[in-house]
Amino acid sequence: MKREDDFHKRRKHLADLSEEELEQRFWQLAEKIVDPLIELAEKNTTPSIERSVLLRMGFSSLEAQSIVEGIIDRGLMGKGAGHIVYRLAKDKGMDIREAGLKLVDGDMWDDVVAIFQGGEG
Amino acid sequence: MELKPNKKLDIEYILKDLDRYRPRRRGWVWRRGIGEKRQIGKFEYYDMSEPLKDSQPLPAAKYFDNIDPQSKSIITTEIASGRFEDDIRRMRMAAWHGADHLMVIRTAGQSHFDGLIEGTPQGVGGIPITRKQVRAQRKALDLIEDEVGRPINYHSYVSGVAGPEIAVMFAEEGVNGAHQDPQYNVLYRNINMVRSFVDAASAKKSMVWANMAQIDGAHNANATAREAWKVMPELMVQHAINSMFSVKVGMKKENICLSTVPPTAPPAPCMRLDLPYAVALRELFSEYKMRAQMNTKYMESSAREATVTHVLNLLISQLTRAEIQSTITPDEGRNVPWHIYNIEAVDTAKQAFAGMDGLTEMLEIKRDSGELAEKVRELKERAVLFMEEILEVGGYFKAVEEGFFVDSGYYPERNGDGISRKIDGGVGAGTVYERDEDYMAPVTAHFGYNNIEQYDDGAVDNPSKLIGGCTFEDPDKIVYIDELDENDNIYLRLEETEELRNTSKLKPEMEWLGDGIILITLFLPAEERIAEFAALEIGKRLGLQDVEVIHREIMQEAEGTRIELKGRVDFTIDIDELVIPPKPEILTEDEIREDIDKRPMAVVAATIGEDEHSVGLREIIDIKHDGIEKYGIESNYLGTSVPVEKLVDAAIELDADAILASTIISHDDIHYRNMKKLHDLCVEKGIRNNIILVAGGTQVSNELAIENGMDAGFGRGSNGDQVATFLVKKRREMTNES
Repeated sequence: MKREDDFHKRRKHLADLSEEELEQRFWQLAEKIVDPLIELAEKNTTPSIERSVLLRMGFSSLEAQSIVEGIIDRGLMGKGAGHIVYRLAKDKGMDIREAGLKLVDGDMWDDVVAIFQGGEG
Repeated sequence: MELKPNKKLDIEYILKDLDRYRPRRRGWVWRRGIGEKRQIGKFEYYDMSEPLKDSQPLPAAKYFDNIDPQSKSIITTEIASGRFEDDIRRMRMAAWHGADHLMVIRTAGQSHFDGLIEGTPQGVGGIPITRKQVRAQRKALDLIEDEVGRPINYHSYVSGVAGPEIAVMFAEEGVNGAHQDPQYNVLYRNINMVRSFVDAASAKKSMVWANMAQIDGAHNANATAREAWKVMPELMVQHAINSMFSVKVGMKKENICLSTVPPTAPPAPCMRLDLPYAVALRELFSEYKMRAQMNTKYMESSAREATVTHVLNLLISQLTRAEIQSTITPDEGRNVPWHIYNIEAVDTAKQAFAGMDGLTEMLEIKRDSGELAEKVRELKERAVLFMEEILEVGGYFKAVEEGFFVDSGYYPERNGDGISRKIDGGVGAGTVYERDEDYMAPVTAHFGYNNIEQYDDGAVDNPSKLIGGCTFEDPDKIVYIDELDENDNIYLRLEETEELRNTSKLKPEMEWLGDGIILITLFLPAEERIAEFAALEIGKRLGLQDVEVIHREIMQEAEGTRIELKGRVDFTIDIDELVIPPKPEILTEDEIREDIDKRPMAVVAATIGEDEHSVGLREIIDIKHDGIEKYGIESNYLGTSVPVEKLVDAAIELDADAILASTIISHDDIHYRNMKKLHDLCVEKGIRNNIILVAGGTQVSNELAIENGMDAGFGRGSNGDQVATFLVKKRREMTNES
């Protein structure tokens, strides 16, 4: 889009604001722009976020990559990768690392799907 | 281990036991002792921080008791050699010059790498940021900060499609600061915008846990827009979006730093454009920190021109505020920065800040009337209007789709050349997943919806309790990968440079150990293009490889061109084979003065024989050239072409302690014959044992002067300090003998 500089016309509603009011307005607008973005971030996740969870749970970057790929393939991202490893360990009486490494090796994915009923929660 | 100033950093020690290294602290550290006046040397300073324990002062510091005042601003240097082992050495040099924010640039392409990179592969224009390299650099900086006596902040980038993982790794490894701004991903890396913002919240949350400082990415709009000064309203909007987003994630405002650049450069009247912008920005963001960057947009290959622009940028920092002063190397316009230019840039900041210390005690900005006041108001209003229109079109994503950002128009003017991205386009599109009701992540510092209560109500405030603590509480859980690529790693590179480490072999370098690069500055009396190709030929005939002209500047179209030429040498020097004469011992100024105060000294001086060249002798004598007069030595200058007899008679009459005879003309060894004559005459007159005879001149050697009856000879490059030192020491010697 091309547009001439219409600042003097456009600013009329700001002309009478004090400096303080103008700055307040600036920050109120910033908040309005950002709020939906924050809400989006609260409700969603991504492969990188899930890998970052697995890193914190004591997996290497390569292991985390492999587990998250398996989860995406099975449509279970909505559960959380950390959740899946935690739950598998809990249900099967294994420790966290042991359970994750099974998944890295391609084992026990059927158990995961069974626990989470194919992603239907 | 402790570093010794005269010992090189041992890379093998840094690499040893890295798998067990733990960072000794986390979080950002500001300089200490700010906001108080302090005495440094002979001066009182207003704007300086605590001095360093050990440092490399500016060259002119020798006139001021070697003081090295450290600004209140943290000083940043950005290092991009591509080899972390060479970066580390540059970091140490930079820290000695006053840098305490060391930023490593990431290799080209890392932002599109979906995951962490491991090991120590070499990078291009930066290093691949891996756990091992980060750990090695942090470990080296621990040693360096102990050496200089000030905490050093280590910094890199949390951007690209692996932001959350990189942020976790940085938090674990004690990285102190990072760039994080989802808008950067969207606009400049074409990463899907939804993915960028979702990732950003998660990454920022880890940065919050580690108390890292965050720098945003707004300054890139300056570097991208065609007319950089016109994006000023937008820059404030970009800063606001990232700042507000970060605050909502939980980041403290004091850890949020705005990356801001004075947008213009001379020959534009840059101060008049840049200063109102700097003031408006600092007022709107009064609770946030300023990371002042230097202008890169209008940099050409002239290091001098860049430095002048950067000093003007520093003036803006001084007149407003900059908690972090970033520096741009003056060679960035022509190559990936070299060691020496990182140091130059740090020194430029240090020097300018020292020179401008306390300036605002005497000068103040005319804030409330006139041009600046109007401009400040106008910029704020334009930014407000920009945000109003973002909301009118349906929010941030819509605005990006419609090309609002990096448009070269001065908003509300629009030129239709902004960067536009699609909400479902870009790298990583379609990789955002909605969290289910039972979504859960049993770790610390996880952002967003997290249904912990389904397992343990008591763990809601401490999710990692479910797994007995995560790596943030228990670093032993971190899985450290050493190397993945057997063909590209530090060990192979160290083998290549083994000959140059811990041996007597030496090679010049600009970026990497042993790169052999040298820079030659020359003037050719020819027009630009001829000069360029002639210079290349000169480089080849000098035996240089990969010869390249990296700078050319017209002095006058027909009369000639300045050229800077780089090339590589392929030989090494063996320092054991060098013949290095012992360093002349110089007494301090105070020592010499004390001696002369106690016992005045007089000398007679002249050029002898048929010799009219007096410049050298005047330099040795004159107070204005730092000659021996400045120590209070009474100098009787008899003129040029003075007969030896007259010189000796004057010495007797004035009861002089020494005769200084200067001689330039050297054909037929006339200068040595005159020395002999001077010596013989003093013997004849019976004063030789009581007088010091000193000869000087460009062709004079100390050894031959002594052979010809002098007490000392001073050749090319000698100065008053050396002569005064000799006179004082020789007189002490003679006094002790008699």
